[in-house]
Amino acid sequence: MVESRRWGSLFSHLILILGVAIVVFPIYVAIIASTHPPGTFLRGVMPLLPGPNAIENYRTALTEGRSQAGAPPISLMLTNSLIMALAITIGKLSISILSAFAIVYFRFPFRIFFFWIIFLTLMLPVEVRIVPTFQVVADLGMLNSFAGLSIPLIASATATFLFRQFFMTIPEEMMEAARVDGAGPMKFFKDILLPLSVTNIAALFVIMFIYGWNQYLWPLLITTDPDYYTIVMGIQRMVTGGDSEPLWHLVMATVVLAALPPVLVILFMQRLFVKGLTETEK
Amino acid sequence: MAGIKIENLCKIYPGGVQAVTDINLDIADGEFIVLVGPSGCGKSTLLRMVAGLETITSGTLKIGDKVVNDLEPADRDIAMVFQNYALYPHMTVYNNLAYGLKNRGFAKADIDTRVRQAAKMLEIEQFLDRKPRALSGGQRQRVAMGRALVREPAAFLLDEPLSNLDAKLRVQMRVEIKHLQRRLATTSLYVTHDQLEAMTLGDRLVVLNGGRIEQVGSPMDVYRRPETLFVASFIGSPAMNMASIDLLRDRGQVEALDRFGKGTGLLGMRPDDMHLMRPDAPHISLSGRLELFEPAGAESHLYLSVEGAAEPYVMRVNGQPGLQEGQSIDFYVPTGSLHPFDPTTGKRTD
Repeated sequence: MVESRRWGSLFSHLILILGVAIVVFPIYVAIIASTHPPGTFLRGVMPLLPGPNAIENYRTALTEGRSQAGAPPISLMLTNSLIMALAITIGKLSISILSAFAIVYFRFPFRIFFFWIIFLTLMLPVEVRIVPTFQVVADLGMLNSFAGLSIPLIASATATFLFRQFFMTIPEEMMEAARVDGAGPMKFFKDILLPLSVTNIAALFVIMFIYGWNQYLWPLLITTDPDYYTIVMGIQRMVTGGDSEPLWHLVMATVVLAALPPVLVILFMQRLFVKGLTETEK
Repeated sequence: MAGIKIENLCKIYPGGVQAVTDINLDIADGEFIVLVGPSGCGKSTLLRMVAGLETITSGTLKIGDKVVNDLEPADRDIAMVFQNYALYPHMTVYNNLAYGLKNRGFAKADIDTRVRQAAKMLEIEQFLDRKPRALSGGQRQRVAMGRALVREPAAFLLDEPLSNLDAKLRVQMRVEIKHLQRRLATTSLYVTHDQLEAMTLGDRLVVLNGGRIEQVGSPMDVYRRPETLFVASFIGSPAMNMASIDLLRDRGQVEALDRFGKGTGLLGMRPDDMHLMRPDAPHISLSGRLELFEPAGAESHLYLSVEGAAEPYVMRVNGQPGLQEGQSIDFYVPTGSLHPFDPTTGKRTD
């Protein structure tokens, strides 16, 4: 029994290690590649050990990028991405928490109807409605602007739905107690609902931030001015731009930099994130 | 401090359900009124209408001299204690107590004095910095009471405040609520389905059934002289036995039953008005078979099946008389303590 158990545990560990290796390997290659001088890649062999050019490569990527080919430096694209991701996240959170508040706590005509309309949009991803959305944004003159980058992505059925479900678990007496205590609807929202939703907000913040940061198709469509390029689409521009061979060492440095903010967000908000997904303070 | 005057109050829900019908009630300043009835009788709805949490379909509601029909709960000068306490989970006990005062724009120093005073009165001073989560059920109950106390409102409204507590704590809190109410002399409206709570707490009982008032009166008046069949069977434990008058006549009790007027169909007998010894006063005598003997400490309950009666009669005796299940027992009920009812109208006939 003991014998077979040890083999079993060895086997399962092997499988797990293999799985981790498969996931981690490309990231490892990207990090390694970002430390080599440009010439390494022309030989056609991927290096697996760190090269000498790390600091130089990252400095070039951040300050110049591929400026000869018309791509902006990475630092600008990182800033753009950050602005877009934050605008989407904060916009989504504030709009969805308010609409969930309205749907749960106010009895207005067609309440259920509106809820289902919001719910229906869950089934339509960005790609499906991208052509009409583009037309609207173009007609409003919002191409090449942060407003155009973020506003169309702000409406969120998922977050509204999650907040609604959370609000439904808060006993109705809480609202009644607040009414007797002299708190109007907005005061109740600010003093009671918001503090109770903190962990949910944190969890959604992480999810929404990564969603916003990873937007690719939409920024690609509506930005033609390099000043508004975001990092995720910028990578693609760097690979295809110009006539020469792609500068793989810079591309890889960019990839690593692009992956960094979501990782940091998760690291710093992990505690709240897990709490928000698993427990509620009631 | 103020009385509450309820006139022709009705509540009809949008679906057409009539929850409360034509309630008239005059509550004096400082009075402790208990609304009691089975679940679904409209007692909570009535309380919530007084609180302003339910709209009033028709009728008038006055607190003090002011008609408050269309006022927000916060403007009615009432405080409410909820069944599940509804404490704000993210606030400390101190802030839970202070929240209502803050919203009303009280000065910081004033809030502090009031909160500490209420906390002292309820013996929750050492918990002021804790969150409700870290409190036991009884302590939460006190905080909920405290939230009402600090406001010094015209009236307290309590919606089954003790039903989430265990039996021992419930008795203890019941006594405390009674003391507190006596001391503060604040008009109070208390909802419960527990008739023992109702009997012990109230200055007056309001027995509700099907959205209507069945009877209003002091607990002992209601107990001694129930005006309707419903009140007779609802108040008192074990419940009152109902015997058909014809059945008793058939048992040869004709003379003793002469005093009851026409229309009397049912006679109620309290379990404690039935005796094993023949009393001196005019009485009826019956015999039955002892089905079940139920000792309950200081008293015992005897379940007696009498021939012709659908359900066994319950009788209460002191101590543990040496009786055997299955034996035949003679028992006596003074005619003066019989409660005559008309079964068609449900009203008392004497």
